[in-house]
Amino acid sequence: MKIRLTTGPLDPWAEVSTYQQEQASIAGQFGATAVFVGTMRQLNQGDAVRAMTLEHYPGMTEKYLEKVSNEAGERWSILDSLVVHRVGNLLPDDPIVVVAVWSAHRADAFDACRFIIDELKTRAPFWKQETTINGRRWVEKNT
Amino acid sequence: MSISVKYFASIRERLNRSEESLAAEGICTAGEVWVRTTGEALPANVLVAINQEHARAGDTVQDGDEVAFFPPVTGG
Repeated sequence: MKIRLTTGPLDPWAEVSTYQQEQASIAGQFGATAVFVGTMRQLNQGDAVRAMTLEHYPGMTEKYLEKVSNEAGERWSILDSLVVHRVGNLLPDDPIVVVAVWSAHRADAFDACRFIIDELKTRAPFWKQETTINGRRWVEKNT
Repeated sequence: MSISVKYFASIRERLNRSEESLAAEGICTAGEVWVRTTGEALPANVLVAINQEHARAGDTVQDGDEVAFFPPVTGG
C-alpha cells in the first residue's frame, strides 16, 4: 500500500506502472487492476476555470488516505493499493488524483477502488480554490 | 502547554490567520475553542478536527491538543 502527495506534475499511468513493477510480492497474484483518475475540468458550475489551487491539512491528509486505504483492505480481498494526489497549483487537464487497486478478481478491485475515491472525497482534508474570469472562489461542495 | 488551533481554506481567509495558540484554562470542547478565538458562535458549516481526526463541536479537548476548523472538504 502506498499513498503520496505531490506538488509536481502527476502522470497517473506512470505512477501505476512503476508501482506495480516495484511490488514483487504481487507479481503473478493479481488478475485485476482497477484505476481511477480524477482530472481538472475547464468548466465548473457553468464558469470557465483557468486554474485551481489545492490546499490540504499536512499530516491529517496522509493519515486519512492511509485510513481509507486500510479500510478498503479490510472490506475487500485486495492485494495492494496506490493513491497519489496533487496539492498546490493546477491547470485544466491536469490529473488531480490516481487510485489503483490490485486484486485476484475484478469485483474486489472495482469495489475497493470506488470506495477509496468516494471516501477520499468525503473525508480527506483537501480544499479546491478555482480561478475564474471573476477572480478566485472556494469550491463549496464536492460533486 | 496550550491548545494549538489551525484554520484552513475559506475559514483561514475569513479569519485572516492560519494558526494560533490558546491557553487551555476553562476550555472543555472544540466549540468553546472557536468561541474563545473568534468571539462568535461556531457556524454549522464549519467542520472540526481534534488531533487530526474528524470530530464534533461538543467533543472534549485537552491541554496539548491540536484543534482545526475548516469548511467541507473538496478533494479528489
